[in-house]
Amino acid sequence: MGGKLTNTKHTLVALVEDKPGVLNRIASLFRRRAFNIQSLAVGGSEHPGLSRMTTVVVGDSAQVEQVRKQLEKLINVVKVSDITEEDMVARELALIKVKASASTRSEIMQIVDIFRANIVDVAPGSLTVEVTGDEDKLDSLLGLLRDFGVKEVSRTGRIALTRGSSS
Amino acid sequence: MKKTGAQILCESLVKEGVEVVFGILGGAVLPIYDTFPQYPQLRHILVRHEQGAAHAADGYARVTHKAGVCIATSGPGATNLVTGIANAYMDSAPLVAITGQVARPVIGKDAFQETDITGITIPITKHNYLVTDVAELAKTVKEAFHIAQTGRPGPVLIDIPRDVQQEQTDFVYPDKLDLPGYRVVSRGHPAQIKKAAKLINEAEQPVIIAGRGIIISQAYDEFKEFAEKAQIPVAHTLLGLSSFPGNHILDLGMLGMHGTPCANMTVQNADLLIAIGMRFDDRATGNTREFAPHARVIHIDIDPAEIGKNIPTEVPVVGDIKSVLTALNEEIERREHVDWLSQIEQWRYEHPSLEIRQSDELLPQYIVHQICEATQGDALVVTGVGQNQMWAARYFVYTKPNSLISGGGLGPMGFELPAAMGVKVGCPEEVVWCVAGDGGFQMTIQELATITQENIAVKIAIMNNGYLGMVRQWQELFYGRRYVDTKLWNPDFVKIAEAYDIPGVRVKRREEVIPAIQKAMEYPGAFLIDFLIEPEENIYPIVPPGESLARFFEPSKPEVLGGKF
Repeated sequence: MGGKLTNTKHTLVALVEDKPGVLNRIASLFRRRAFNIQSLAVGGSEHPGLSRMTTVVVGDSAQVEQVRKQLEKLINVVKVSDITEEDMVARELALIKVKASASTRSEIMQIVDIFRANIVDVAPGSLTVEVTGDEDKLDSLLGLLRDFGVKEVSRTGRIALTRGSSS
Repeated sequence: MKKTGAQILCESLVKEGVEVVFGILGGAVLPIYDTFPQYPQLRHILVRHEQGAAHAADGYARVTHKAGVCIATSGPGATNLVTGIANAYMDSAPLVAITGQVARPVIGKDAFQETDITGITIPITKHNYLVTDVAELAKTVKEAFHIAQTGRPGPVLIDIPRDVQQEQTDFVYPDKLDLPGYRVVSRGHPAQIKKAAKLINEAEQPVIIAGRGIIISQAYDEFKEFAEKAQIPVAHTLLGLSSFPGNHILDLGMLGMHGTPCANMTVQNADLLIAIGMRFDDRATGNTREFAPHARVIHIDIDPAEIGKNIPTEVPVVGDIKSVLTALNEEIERREHVDWLSQIEQWRYEHPSLEIRQSDELLPQYIVHQICEATQGDALVVTGVGQNQMWAARYFVYTKPNSLISGGGLGPMGFELPAAMGVKVGCPEEVVWCVAGDGGFQMTIQELATITQENIAVKIAIMNNGYLGMVRQWQELFYGRRYVDTKLWNPDFVKIAEAYDIPGVRVKRREEVIPAIQKAMEYPGAFLIDFLIEPEENIYPIVPPGESLARFFEPSKPEVLGGKF
């Protein structure tokens, strides 16, 4: 349990209408209320016309509850849940372009295997790695690959669903 | 039969029961204006600046409890509405703002008079729309009025490109709404109401803080029954004034920065705080860490996001005030609170809030008091922001429900005159007094032309001290009396009024006050009084910004003029 006054990461999942400008409204709200967000990911959901948005917000539980309620006030936001305390599946995807020479390539591929990541592009001086998992896993892999020289990184931010059959 | 977008807009406004539209035209709304003659049931009031249109619609909305409508062209017309929209948003006033937009093919091309008004107003509207298809227009208007007028009311903006106004389609006004993300909680949760009642029944030193939510919900009777049954004293936020009779024994007046000592002391010593339809604004609470230190907190509000936003709440009740109080009145016990109320009477006696110091100068407190006497409180008082607002809040006794109309949250100078116009148009039978400062009055002074053109009989009292008074007071108290750029050269306001065909008088001395007010009241149309008040008169008490409400500053004990009445 995150204590009442301690800053922790909270995962908020929202169903939002798929209409022009909705992301702008949400981003504007975060900026305007000075809420601290770490990531935000939006994509389609199981409902036609609705997108599912996952955002990771840093704050104490009162601040995050305020974020949740302010988001719910937006007309285009249908539902917001803080699933931090629930049993959930959370994933993030990263693409990492790492320097690779003939001498380091096999070592990199071993590390990639250990993390059950994939090599998705091979070039004369680099490899591009695709990895999926929670943030800790991505951070560890990234940490190991830094020794070889990381040229570019792109991360999606967290997406999450609660476990079990409930929706 | 097919109708144009402009006709569909007008048809939809008629369907929503709109009678008055405040606006000013320009290129991007010409098709709308061109159709107005086909809809004589829509009265258009031509203002002189779009800020005036928005404030007038806001004032109209606050007294009629239905959405006020304003209209402006694209670009500068739309941006001029922004202050008025922000004001309506802060004070939860239902407003539907209609703006013209450049034609669809040139949107995004930086066309002449193009501004992204939906982008600009996202943070200051409850919702807004850019209508890109005429088939969506009727549905959009219906949604806009629903959103503006229900739940916690607020402004909604509809931006309509000029070519959408000209495009034709079949007009069908939808009877159903499709707003999956918009739910209004009306009835409070019974378990929360029971919890609240338990705290109320157990409290020994309770106090109510009454906000504008009571007025929005028109819960005057339920609220009075609540306070009387449990014998709980009532402190008000600025906008909560006139939600409860100001001459009632349980009434403490306004709390906060310029609140009555009695209200502030009661709140600081309370063991239970019942906040109703208010949002713990910093001007009401002072330093939140030291606010009501001994009190448990019940917060009743229709907006769940207000709960716990500024003050931790033990028992929240989310719902419409009228419905919640009706339920709560069933659950609470009759109480007397004899010791608590006699303690409060002692504070009231020691710090009479309505006393006016003895002076040969013309004092604004005395003027407000005399307007109150002359009208017997049966008037709607519209204020600007600053000292004039605080004097009007503190020295008029609000016995008539919803009789103080003021820009509370945003605090816009220039609200007073156009808002008074809107109030008078909304309530033509009422006496409307506009209490202005000489600074704020000049920010929307051009609406005098609207007043004359539309024959709107507002009575204007300018508290003319030749300063931006409240700022000067802060310079005096907190900036070593360095009056940097607060001294104003002013025009002759009586001559200005005369130029606008509005009669007026200048009042320099106390004995001229009552006759001038009488003259204004007897005159059938608009009337202006330029009161040359004591230039350095302050509003007291004052809680310095960031301080606890307990640390209010009063000047040396003044002599009593009329005493408390």
